[in-house]
Amino acid sequence: MVDYVRMIEEEQMKEDIPEFGPGDQIRVDVRVIEGGRERTQQFEGIVLKRQGSGLNEHFTVRKVSYGVGIERTFPVHSPRVENIEVLRRGKVRRAKLYYLRKRRGKAARIKEKR
Amino acid sequence: MGKGILGKKLGMTQVFDEEGEAVPVTVIQADSNVVTMIRTEDSDGYNAVQLGFEEIPEHKLSRPERGHFEKAGVAPRKYLREFRSEDDAWDDVQPGDEVGPDVFSPGDRVKVSGISRGKGFAGSIKRHGFSRGPMSHGSRYHRGPGSHGASAFPARVFPGRKLPGRMGGKKTTVEGLEVVRIDAERGLLLVKGGVPGPKGGILSIQSDE
Repeated sequence: MVDYVRMIEEEQMKEDIPEFGPGDQIRVDVRVIEGGRERTQQFEGIVLKRQGSGLNEHFTVRKVSYGVGIERTFPVHSPRVENIEVLRRGKVRRAKLYYLRKRRGKAARIKEKR
Repeated sequence: MGKGILGKKLGMTQVFDEEGEAVPVTVIQADSNVVTMIRTEDSDGYNAVQLGFEEIPEHKLSRPERGHFEKAGVAPRKYLREFRSEDDAWDDVQPGDEVGPDVFSPGDRVKVSGISRGKGFAGSIKRHGFSRGPMSHGSRYHRGPGSHGASAFPARVFPGRKLPGRMGGKKTTVEGLEVVRIDAERGLLLVKGGVPGPKGGILSIQSDE
């Protein structure tokens, strides 16, 4: 039997997603609709986690803006996420970087992977 | 009343709409529906269309069943269901015609019926949404059904009292679901939201006005 549910999911999945994971510094181009007008917004930060699998995979990006921590979660395969650019690869030893929430400034640094 | 067809629940997933919003959908396989009989006011006392769903080999049928399918001139089907046709929605069909998910179009509202999952003998919390008592602090009343009623008068339990018992495994209908997409090529129907029953369960999908 053909698994049609899987086929429907695979048809919607993007193939051009760069490899990225927790600890990486990335820039996400997000399509936003504002008062009937459409434009692209950028969100740059550190990937906290990737969760879920297949079509339902999401990733969370954290940045500190004017001293306030901002986290945004995006579906990896959403058409609203236009582009993901990896700026810097981070060397981390766990899959979920929740410990970053408690740190600020110098302590929240992540070593670069070479 | 509009049209209705039979289908099989394949499972749930999500699709992105034009705005990029993820919509939860149930995937229903609804191809190979075939008209096996037309009931009319004159011969049967009511108007309806009988549909067959899911092909099966002929040796699985009894002789009377075989005759029924031969009369319609169609390959044997596992399930037969009737859909009332009070208006003219079904006027153009003949026995032997195939119908598929394309009787609906995206944006239509449908009601989907199926046999809900059997939950076995369920308590009053799960079955009727009762609240539970405190689990600690000396409480000895946890998940019970509470009082059945007063004592010397009426000296009986009123009929219809909500008590534990068999739950699920019954025909359930979900109304007002939106048709999100129709894939006529693969015979698939995608409706927004959940429908009763397990994967592989038989569903009837009717337009809901």
